Amino acid sequence: MIPGIGLLTHNRWAVPWDEVPIAAAADFRATVIAAVRAGARLVLFFGVPETGGLDTGRPDDSRSDARGQTRIVAVLADDASGRLGVLSMLAGESYPALTPDCPEAHGFEREIAEQCGVVPDGHPWLKPLRRHPPDHPPLGFRAGPYDRDAYPFARVDGAQVHEVAVGPVHAGIIEPGHFRFQAHGEQVLFLEIMLGYQHRGVERLLEQLPLERALAVAESIAGDSVIAHTESFCGALEALGRLQKGVHAQTVRGIALELERSANHLGDLGALAGDIAFAPAAAYCGRLRGECLNLLLELSGNRFGRGLIRPGGTGFDLPPDMAAAFRDRLERLSRDVEDVAELLFENESVRARFEGVGVISRADCIELGFVGPTARAADLTRDVRHDHPYGVFRFAQIPPATAWAGDVAARAQVRRLELRRSLEFLAEQLRHLPANQPPAPCGALQPNEFVVAMTEGWRGEVAHAVLTDGAGHIRRYKVKDPSFHNWPALALAMQGNQISDFPLCNKSFNLSYAGHDL
Amino acid sequence: MLKILLARLRQGRRTMAFPPRIPRHEVLPVRFRGRPVSTEAGGDRAVIDLGASLFSPEESAGGAGAVFGRDYAMAARTREGLRVGTGEVELARALERETRRLFGRSLRLRSVAAGSCNGCEAELVALGNIVFDLARFGVQFVASPRHADGLVVTGAVSRNMQEALAKTYDAMSDPRLVLAVGSCALSGGPFAGSPEVLGGVPPEIPVDLYVPGCPPHPLTLLDGLLRLLGRL
Repeated sequence: MIPGIGLLTHNRWAVPWDEVPIAAAADFRATVIAAVRAGARLVLFFGVPETGGLDTGRPDDSRSDARGQTRIVAVLADDASGRLGVLSMLAGESYPALTPDCPEAHGFEREIAEQCGVVPDGHPWLKPLRRHPPDHPPLGFRAGPYDRDAYPFARVDGAQVHEVAVGPVHAGIIEPGHFRFQAHGEQVLFLEIMLGYQHRGVERLLEQLPLERALAVAESIAGDSVIAHTESFCGALEALGRLQKGVHAQTVRGIALELERSANHLGDLGALAGDIAFAPAAAYCGRLRGECLNLLLELSGNRFGRGLIRPGGTGFDLPPDMAAAFRDRLERLSRDVEDVAELLFENESVRARFEGVGVISRADCIELGFVGPTARAADLTRDVRHDHPYGVFRFAQIPPATAWAGDVAARAQVRRLELRRSLEFLAEQLRHLPANQPPAPCGALQPNEFVVAMTEGWRGEVAHAVLTDGAGHIRRYKVKDPSFHNWPALALAMQGNQISDFPLCNKSFNLSYAGHDL
Repeated sequence: MLKILLARLRQGRRTMAFPPRIPRHEVLPVRFRGRPVSTEAGGDRAVIDLGASLFSPEESAGGAGAVFGRDYAMAARTREGLRVGTGEVELARALERETRRLFGRSLRLRSVAAGSCNGCEAELVALGNIVFDLARFGVQFVASPRHADGLVVTGAVSRNMQEALAKTYDAMSDPRLVLAVGSCALSGGPFAGSPEVLGGVPPEIPVDLYVPGCPPHPLTLLDGLLRLLGRL
C-alpha cells in the first residue's frame, strides 16, 4: 500500500475533487518522496490553476490584483495493489522541487514550470520542455514576451571533444526533434534531446472543444497510438459520466488495442532489421504490419482505428462473419510472424548487433520511472493490463512479457513475446466474441470530479487525468504519453555507445515526438 | 543463407498491382471512408470541404453532411477543388509538359513533419513497403532538401516548426514541387484554431498537390502522385 496518501482510488474511478487532500508544501514533498521510496510510482504530476472558489460555488475571495494559486497534483500508483493515490498542495510563484530527491519527477516539474508558470525551487535541470508560453497560468499571471529559441544546451568541454547537432529535420520520414551529442571521437559522452517541435496545444484544445471535436484531437495525440489514447479519453469520460459499456464493446476495444500493439511491434522489428541492413526481415515485417492495419481498416474504416473508440462503446461493431474472417487472417499472419521472427532472432549477425547495445538497467528504470517495453526489457514488470486492469483485461489476462538484459536485443525480444501473446489473445477473443449490444448513451459529466484513466499502449502507460468544474465541463485535461517518461532512457542508453549506434538505439525505443510534445 | 531463401519462398510476392485491376471503389473495405458519393436525395446537400474533413463516421451520419464512399482517389491540384457539393472532386490534373518531362519518371521527395500526429508520416513510410512499392514508379524519399525535387509537408505547421519548414523549402532549388498531405497540412485538421499552430501550409509556400485524409490512405497518396506526374 502507499503510505500516507490521503485519497485512494483506482484506474478509471472518478472521485470528488474536494476530497483530494491539500497538504502543506513540506508535508506534500515528504509524503510523495516517501511513497516513491516505498515502491510507488509517479503516474502524473501537474498543475491546476485555482479558480478562486468558483468551482465550489463559494464567492471569490481572492483579490483581483493578486496572483492566483496553482494546485499541484500528484497521482501515485502502487502497481502491486492496483491502487492510485492522489495528493495535492497549493503553490504560489514557486514550491520546493521534488526532483533532487525523486528523479522521476524531473520532466513533470519542467512541465509544471512551463505550463503553469510556477517555479520548482532547486530543480537541477530547469529548462523549457516543449518551448511555449504558459497555457495554464494562474489568475493574474503577467507574462513577458516569449522567446522560443532560448534553450541552454549542456556542453562538455575538453580537447578533442566535439559536438554533433541533428534535426529537427532528419534524414528519413521521421517526426521533428533536435539531438545534440557531445562526443569524443565516435564515443558519445552526453546526449541532450530538445523536443517541442510537434507542440500543437493539445491539452487546451481538449479543455475547450465540444465533445465531437475533442474526440478527434484525442485520436490525434499520437497517430500510431490512436486506440490507446482514445481508450484513455473515453475511459475518463465514461467514469465521469457513469457510463457502463457492454461486453461486446469492451472486447472490441481490447481487440483494437492489441491489433495496434501488433502492428507497431511488427513495424519496429522490421525497422530494427532495416537499421542493421538485414533486408529480408525488414521487408516482410513492413508487409505484416500492414496486415494488422488492414484489419483495423476493415473494422473501423481507417487503418489506425480512427472512428472506432467512442464514449460508451464503439463506433462500429464486429459481426460474427467478420470475426471468423479475422480469425483466418490472423492465423495466417501468426504463422508468417513466427517465420520472420525466427529468421531475425536466430541470425548470429543480428544478435551480434543487438546484444550489449543501449543498455538500461533495472535500477535506472525504477529511479527515472521508465514504463512499457523499456522497463519490461530490464526485468521490471510494469503493465497497466496486468497491474491496473480495466474492460476486457479484467477477464482475459495477458501475461506481461519480460527480459532482463535491458539492451536492444532485450527490447526486441520483449516486442516479439508481446506480439505472440497479443496474437493469442486476439484468436481467443475472436472465437468467443459476445453478441453486440447498443452503445450506452453518453450522459452528462459529474461536476467537480477527478479521474485518471490509464491504458497500456504499445509504448507503455498512457494516462489521461480529467477534472470537471461545477457545471460538469472539463476544467483541466492532462495527457501523458509513455514517451514522456521514456525519452530520457534514450539519452541514457547512448552514453558510452558510439554515435553510429544511435539509429539502432533510437528505434529500439521508437518514442513518440507528437505524444511527448502534445 | 538457406533459411533466408526458404523464408523468401514462403513469403511470396506481395506487391499490389497499381492501378488496380478492379474498379477503384471496390479495392478497399466497405467501411472505408473516402471520396464522398451523391446520395439518393442528392442535389441540395451542403458543400463539404474535404481539405478540412477528418473523415470521421460522425461526419457522414445524419445525412446533412458528406456520405463517404469507397473510392480512394481524392487528391486535387487546387484547394478550391476539394470543396465539393455533389460528390464530384476535380481530381488532380497533370503538371505542365516541361515539369513532367523533368520529374515524370524520376522524382525525389523530402518529407517535413511540422506539428503532425505522425499518422501521415506513417502512411508515407508505408508507401515504401513491398505492398505499395513507391520506388517502382521512380519516386523516392531522400535525406536532404538539396537532393529533392519536391517537398512533402505534413502537420498543422506548429509555431516551433515554422522556421525549419521555411528553411527546408528555401534550401530546395527550382523547379520544385510542394505536396500538402493530410487534413492538418490542408486546414489545421483537428488542431485548427489552436494558437500553437498556423493551421496548415502557409501561403509563402505554394502547394502543387493537395492530398486530403486523416491520414490519407497510401492508395490516395499514390493515386495523387501519379496523376500529378501524368501517369494515370
